[in-house]
Amino acid sequence: MLDKKQFITIKGTKEGLTLFVDDSCTFEHALNELREKIHASRPKHDEPVVSVKVKLGNRYVQEEQKEILRKIIAEDERFTIDSIVSDVVRRDEALQWQEASEVKTVNRIIRSGQMLEVTGDLLLIGDVNPGGKVVSTGNIYIMGRLNGIAHAGINGDKQAFITASYMKPSQLRIADYISRAPDYESDGVYMECGLIDEEQDKIVIDRLQVLSHKSEISGFGRRMQNG
Amino acid sequence: MGEAIVITSGKGGVGKTTTTANIGTGLALMDKKVCLIDTDIGLRNLDVVMGLENRIIYDIVDVIEERCKLKQALIKDKRFDYLSLLPAAQTSDKSAVTEEGMRKIVGELKQEYDYVIIDCPAGIEQGFKNAIAGADKAIVVTTPEKSSVRDADRIVGLLEQESIDPPLLVINRIRNHMMKNGDMIEIDDIVQILSIDLIGIVVDDDDVIKASNSGEPVALQPNSKASIAYRNIARRILGETVPLQSLEDEKGVFQKVKKFLGIRA
Ligand SMILES: Nc1ncnc2c1ncn2[C@@H]1O[C@H](COP(=O)(O)OP(=O)(O)O)[C@@H](O)[C@H]1O
Ligand SMILES: [Mg+2]
Repeated sequence: MLDKKQFITIKGTKEGLTLFVDDSCTFEHALNELREKIHASRPKHDEPVVSVKVKLGNRYVQEEQKEILRKIIAEDERFTIDSIVSDVVRRDEALQWQEASEVKTVNRIIRSGQMLEVTGDLLLIGDVNPGGKVVSTGNIYIMGRLNGIAHAGINGDKQAFITASYMKPSQLRIADYISRAPDYESDGVYMECGLIDEEQDKIVIDRLQVLSHKSEISGFGRRMQNG
Repeated sequence: MGEAIVITSGKGGVGKTTTTANIGTGLALMDKKVCLIDTDIGLRNLDVVMGLENRIIYDIVDVIEERCKLKQALIKDKRFDYLSLLPAAQTSDKSAVTEEGMRKIVGELKQEYDYVIIDCPAGIEQGFKNAIAGADKAIVVTTPEKSSVRDADRIVGLLEQESIDPPLLVINRIRNHMMKNGDMIEIDDIVQILSIDLIGIVVDDDDVIKASNSGEPVALQPNSKASIAYRNIARRILGETVPLQSLEDEKGVFQKVKKFLGIRA
């Protein structure tokens, strides 16, 4: 065979294989070559399964195309797929990410029976009254009294947290965690935050200072990394 | 052109009807032309509190369904020439009253009267929507009880979505000894939660019940505490600056109340 250009380069690492798929050829081309390469380097049945990272460079692939890649690589179950990473995002995805990482500022009282829901972080300047509810996909910052329910990270972000000038919530919810106020009458706390304590596996209320020890990554960076 | 004020609360039994009757009477005492409207269809009792029950011939549903003219349905008060009542229907179908119908009636009454005071039914359903439809202002009544404050908050939230002035607050049925023992939510806590302007506080007063049983609104009495409180509310509606009464000569309570002396009416 003539020395035709290689579109797929394979590198072995400690963790497994990294497949670099050149972004200058057609997807069909890449697939054909991938089939050959995978076939050639497939571990024998008595060898351990190898983990594969796929790097697509500046190639954008649809979800269905990713599915085809997965099928080819995982066929025969000799490879497992660790990740498929592309350096490009679609404009609408980027806008979604941006929306999800913006702080929405709202200036009003959330009264009994009312609910305020935002994408991204919420900065509420005003109280959440008993029976009122605020919900966000990110963090919730309340400059006012939280007497009702606050639900941060509603789409499952366990890193999300809730802060308030005065906290006496009936419930705090973060991702799918829920904590409620005790049954006895208790005083609220000033300038504190609610967050998930991973060791205790529950929501705790703590001084605001603990937030500075939390991961430095902003909501945006976090979402980039999680794809 | 007069002004229409709806008296509302969310919760039942907190004193809407009593407040309507006594604010109306208080304004009439100050020579204002006042018309009261009872919108609590099926549970009318403003007529009873006013002592006008046995004069009813037509009611609000008759007006809306054009069985009579608006003027024919109005009942003139026994005591004041310019105090009238448009009674609720006791038997008819509630759905007869509509927001449009209310707007028309209230609009017409405002031509004639200085104040149209609308007594709202409990709840947040159609009856509530009808009652607030024609109103320019709203007074929210609550008692110093959690559930009542909660419902008042819900109502304030709903009123904020309407083209109506920010509502004013009346705290009714305050009991001194319970306040003193901390068994009731305190006035400033209520005002803080609802964050609307306080226009009056009324103590729990047996005279109110006696008065309502005799069909003579308590505001007609010269000296009872509730009477003075209701008349003060009427004066504040007229724009006078009237300090809140001290509930008793208790220092503690008085100091709490003092914070609200610079009241806006
Ligand atoms: N300040 C008060 N002191 C004592 N009793 C009161 C007072 N205000 C209202 N009441 C009583 O409470 C009951 C409910 O009042 P009402 O005005 O009919 O409430 P609503 O119209 O909100 O249902 C009535 O029996 C009334 O006499
Ligand atoms: Mg009533």
